[in-house]
Amino acid sequence: MASTDISLHKDVHHDHEAHDDHDHHDQHFIFKYIFSQDHKVIAKQFLITGIIWAFIGGALSSIFRIQLGWPQATLEWLEPILGKWVEGGKLNPEFYLGLVTMHGTIMVFFVLTAGLSGTFSNFLIPLQIGARDMASGFLNMLSYWFFFLSSIVMFLSLFLETGPASAGWTIYPPLSALPQAIPGSGAGMTMWIVAMALFIVSSLLGSINYITTVINLRTPGMSMTKLPLTIWAFFLTAILGVLSFPVLFSCVLLLIFDRSFGTSFYLSEIYVAGEALANVGGSPILFQHLFWFLGHPEVYIVILPGFGIVSEIIATNARKPIFGYRAMIGSMLGISLLSFIVWAHHMFVSGMNPFLGSVFMFLTLIIAVPSAVKVFNWIATLWRGNIVFTVPMLFSIGFVSLFISGGLTGIILGNSALDIQVHNTYFVVAHFHLVMGSSAFFGMFAGVYHWFPKMFGRMMDEKLGYVHFWLTFIGVYMVFMPMHYVGIAGFPRRYYSWTSFDLFQSFANINMYISLAAIIAWLAQFIFAFNFIYSIFRGRRASANPWRSNTLEWTTPVLPGHGNWPGPIPVVYRWPYDYSKPGAEEDFIPQHIPYSQTQSSNLPHDKD
Amino acid sequence: MVGAIVQKQTSSGVHPLKFALWLIIISIIMMFAAFTSAYIVRKEEGNWLEFDLPNNLVINTGLLVLSSVFMQLAYFAAKKDNLNQLKIYLVLTLALGTAFLIGQWEAWGDLVNRKVFFGGSDANPSGSFLYVLTGVHGFHLITGLIFILIVLISGFRFKVHSKNLLRIELCTIYWHFLGGLWVYLYLFLTLNH
Ligand code: HEM
Ligand SMILES: [Cu+2]
Repeated sequence: MASTDISLHKDVHHDHEAHDDHDHHDQHFIFKYIFSQDHKVIAKQFLITGIIWAFIGGALSSIFRIQLGWPQATLEWLEPILGKWVEGGKLNPEFYLGLVTMHGTIMVFFVLTAGLSGTFSNFLIPLQIGARDMASGFLNMLSYWFFFLSSIVMFLSLFLETGPASAGWTIYPPLSALPQAIPGSGAGMTMWIVAMALFIVSSLLGSINYITTVINLRTPGMSMTKLPLTIWAFFLTAILGVLSFPVLFSCVLLLIFDRSFGTSFYLSEIYVAGEALANVGGSPILFQHLFWFLGHPEVYIVILPGFGIVSEIIATNARKPIFGYRAMIGSMLGISLLSFIVWAHHMFVSGMNPFLGSVFMFLTLIIAVPSAVKVFNWIATLWRGNIVFTVPMLFSIGFVSLFISGGLTGIILGNSALDIQVHNTYFVVAHFHLVMGSSAFFGMFAGVYHWFPKMFGRMMDEKLGYVHFWLTFIGVYMVFMPMHYVGIAGFPRRYYSWTSFDLFQSFANINMYISLAAIIAWLAQFIFAFNFIYSIFRGRRASANPWRSNTLEWTTPVLPGHGNWPGPIPVVYRWPYDYSKPGAEEDFIPQHIPYSQTQSSNLPHDKD
Repeated sequence: MVGAIVQKQTSSGVHPLKFALWLIIISIIMMFAAFTSAYIVRKEEGNWLEFDLPNNLVINTGLLVLSSVFMQLAYFAAKKDNLNQLKIYLVLTLALGTAFLIGQWEAWGDLVNRKVFFGGSDANPSGSFLYVLTGVHGFHLITGLIFILIVLISGFRFKVHSKNLLRIELCTIYWHFLGGLWVYLYLFLTLNH
């Protein structure tokens, strides 16, 4: 795929004697802010695109929550926005499916993969490992622009005559393969596939860069066991991406052939719209295997950056070393490994061999062990710390809370016998929105509030931050907790309306309640948007190290320029978690301070 | 390139670009791992058309292996600053690579003659898979040929020599990989037919 790119820019790195200083101060505006190769600018581009996507994704969900909460209501007032998708005051049922599909796709891929990894891996990897920039600024820039193109295609597909892709974010065939099956499987699906192909290229370019940078460009002294946990998390996220996104590419390529070239990889013996299709010999289960081989690692691609960000922020604000640094690395390695051998827990009821189901159930339940290790370590870090309740700290604690609540239901779902009851119900929706959706969003918010001063040289407003936190925290619990009950009762997901069954009539109120909470929580995000934009221009000016943190990014100037450090790159002598070390003058000792300067606090084995 | 910053040392001792190339190779491996495991899973389910592989695949395999040998010779020539040999070997690699592609095209023609189609109502996944495996491999081979062409052009500009080996080194790795990938696919297909 990207094989020819290497030759494009190889002149950049040709001689190793090249300059260590930087001499392009008079860059044109376009190269400085738009086609920039500076990792900090690219990070901001990813962040802002991600935020815009998040608001779009949230708006889509608000619309379908209105439908679910008030199925009898007339929605004429939505006509100005939705146009012909509201017919006689009723939301078009097929458009409802399009909304669900686009909401999932946007949130999982565009916000929580590109927006999260793209922002923080780009911003923090060079700054925290002590590098001037990414291994290849050019590939990094390409990575953003592929994402941008992909975003445009995906966005335009929302306005198609036949509607956007409608087969769910998992695009199971035959629904996604046959335009006769649902209008969204026509042009909408084609654009979905094109957008995702561009997205995969973007993601691979980014991941390859992150891995290469972490392996190759660490400053002297920065061994792998002195890396901040953020970097470990981004590193493993990138590895998961390189290993799993190509599989999605293969999977979708076969789907393209089925859709447009008359092959039958996934299609067999289908009778649709009064007509028997010629396709024989395909297997839709094959698609599920290929999809979930990406799909499950993908959920960890979403959550791992959060693990890293939260570990860093909790240690900093509890003013304590992270509890079990090596166990944290070990558990992330374990989770990453396991994430490749559990995919079929999404397929327990697909007709898969039940014996295979037991094997996958066993492997799935093992993941609970490293997950629990992480949770215990975070709690142990908080335990009796001198906690500073900054806004990022609150979001990090919120992350831990949500991760526990959502993880517990994962253990229920992982039992294949129990999953028969709750598969494809709102129980699953509740599970993954707590453990993945909300948690990852909390990790992202924590990261934005925490590194905002390094990104923009100003602080975000604290009071607005607290209001944002509490509204969001209470909001997501009010949305997703009741969903468990609805799900256990058997209320299926991805249904436009379910009122014709008396049983589900009794859930009308709870659905209304969920919808109300969801819309309030979404509106609360505008407080964040306002705070973000306002603070970029008017926020309180930040100092170089406002959180009194240890990692290298805080040794740069308030607004690091091109090349990050004006002088030489700092050398690293110690791990990043020397908080409240007994005998030390301050309650933090940054990574670049040699042991020779901290005689009073050195332990017997602390030598340079 | 505007704004590119290069650091003096690397913490692994490997050139970052070489490292990146290996990662690209890994991602291509994952693509084909997906295809070939899908092949096996699908085959197990039955309703699988049996047919003979095109005869000329053996010859094609030979051509590609031979081209890898010339690629390696070209690399050695560059190392010894033997620029004339370098160019000759690169042209030979290029020619054999192109011959391989033409051979693959003919193999497709052979399949069509025997009514093994890619798509359409007569197609069976067993045939479609063969087209996908050879097609996607062929696509990557074209990127490899472009890479060789670029190295050849810089060879004519005296930019490939013992003090400037990175480019040809990357190209050699990639080309050997593509050859190895095909040998794997060929063995895989032979064993499954
Ligand atoms: C304790 C660990 C976990 C276990 C045992 C577990 C188990 C499961 C199982 C068995 C399902 C399938 C349910 C069904 O469709 O019937 C599922 C769905 C899901 N899980 Fe988890 N999970 C765990 C943690 C996570 C984490 C950490 C994430 C993301 C960060 C996550 C994201 C998801 C998503 C997105 C789905 C639904 C996908 C869909 O059908 O649309 N899970 N989980
Ligand atoms: Cu999973």
